[in-house]
Amino acid sequence: MYTASDLRKGLKVVIDNDPYMVTFFEFSKPGKGQALYRTKLRNMITGLTLDRTFREGDAFEPASLEERPMQYLYKEGDHYHFMDNKTYEQIIINAESLGEAKNFLTDNLNVKVLLFRDKPIGVELPNFVNLRVIKTELWVKGDTSKADYKPATVETGYELRIPPFVGEGELITIDTRSGEYSTRVKE
Amino acid sequence: MRFLDFSRNLKNRSVLKNWSLARRKKALQERANILQAVRYFFFAQGFFEVETPHRIPAPAPESHIDAIPSGPWFLHTSPELCMKRMLAEGYEKIFQICRCWREGERGSQHIPEFTLLEWYHSGMDYLMLMEECATLIQTVASKVGLGEKIIFRDQTIDLASPWERISVREAFHEYADTSMEEALMNGLFDEIMVRDIEPSLGIRKPTFIYDYPAQRGALARLRPEDKTVAERFELYVGGLELANGFSELVDPEEQRRRFERENENRRGMGKSVYAMPEKFLEELREMPPSAGIALGIDRLVMIFLDAPSIDEVVAFTPEEL
Repeated sequence: MYTASDLRKGLKVVIDNDPYMVTFFEFSKPGKGQALYRTKLRNMITGLTLDRTFREGDAFEPASLEERPMQYLYKEGDHYHFMDNKTYEQIIINAESLGEAKNFLTDNLNVKVLLFRDKPIGVELPNFVNLRVIKTELWVKGDTSKADYKPATVETGYELRIPPFVGEGELITIDTRSGEYSTRVKE
Repeated sequence: MRFLDFSRNLKNRSVLKNWSLARRKKALQERANILQAVRYFFFAQGFFEVETPHRIPAPAPESHIDAIPSGPWFLHTSPELCMKRMLAEGYEKIFQICRCWREGERGSQHIPEFTLLEWYHSGMDYLMLMEECATLIQTVASKVGLGEKIIFRDQTIDLASPWERISVREAFHEYADTSMEEALMNGLFDEIMVRDIEPSLGIRKPTFIYDYPAQRGALARLRPEDKTVAERFELYVGGLELANGFSELVDPEEQRRRFERENENRRGMGKSVYAMPEKFLEELREMPPSAGIALGIDRLVMIFLDAPSIDEVVAFTPEEL
């Protein structure tokens, strides 16, 4: 267990059964008063930030998060199936917990699944993934009015803007951190 | 030539440069000037500087101040008990600049080993002491070459007299959405103080906030006409608490009861209780009406140098040792 005096930036603790990370910390002690530990905490599942002040003697359970290498298998409705690379155990993560990550999952993609109390709460993707363009407009040569990029949809249903010279059926590399087009893959 | 440069680099690399210490040199020079100016003020006012032991059998029992053990004894949390014994013996105007230790206090405004300026003035009460405190800070500011206006935490603070005064009760009325009495009853006094009141104190001018609830001044005299409050004040500059002073309680029986109550609180919080300072209580009987105050030197330097953290005004933080 942690106590309030262990609080510091970056510490991960359990509050109301959710894992939180301390993003701001300040120790206060108004004249002759009790020690107060003011914090901002980010919920590691929802991303929401919370302001909380703790007192001397308050105790917390450390939020132990486990990272396990897994492979993405397939999707069934809102359920995404992953397999543990070591134990071959399969787990399901729903679309909501995946957040943006679901846009970049291709079959057999290697990811790191973050677990809190054996419950998957998110995945860490490689920085770049390759996805096939399934829908985009034709590039009209000489049409410079729309200038640069055009809308496109990739196999996961994710929509982004790509350069005019990339056509349907082509494979592109996307930067998962920004969600933007990176390069065209030559096959 | 190239070879020579390379060898010189190698040599430099073997000497580990302490960058934080190098960066603080100017601040520490200023700190020395401030300390000298503080001493100048007190000598000019007819005070004399005393030194009392840092290591004592037990600190004054207070609910929220924890001492660091040193063998069977403790490092003092302030020189209050010893200095009051001197006062009782007829030392009328004394000051001390010393290191004090408080367990577990660490943040951008706290360091467990810090420097306190404490002074006592026989015959004064807390209102007169506020004036003396203001004069001290004005004198030191001018001695170290600061103007009447200083900039701290992006605010321009005017040091010219008169400084602002607000009672704790008024401050709750002005800045919080609950009264002082309600806050005490709900156990939210400190939270509201930190969140709603402190940031508003000492913004344009330094501010004295005074008449603390009786239970928040274990060693202070209660106001004769309103026993619910103690004749105690705190000085804030730019939202930062700088000094704490009060009219001293000189009734040994009352003082004993207060210490017992504080120890009771400590026991309730699962903390160690401290031995009764019997010699102090015995000699308190002889102490003339006086007022005393403790001022954080590290914080005074922070304010004068507009330092964002206490780390910037000390030579070494505990983490750097």
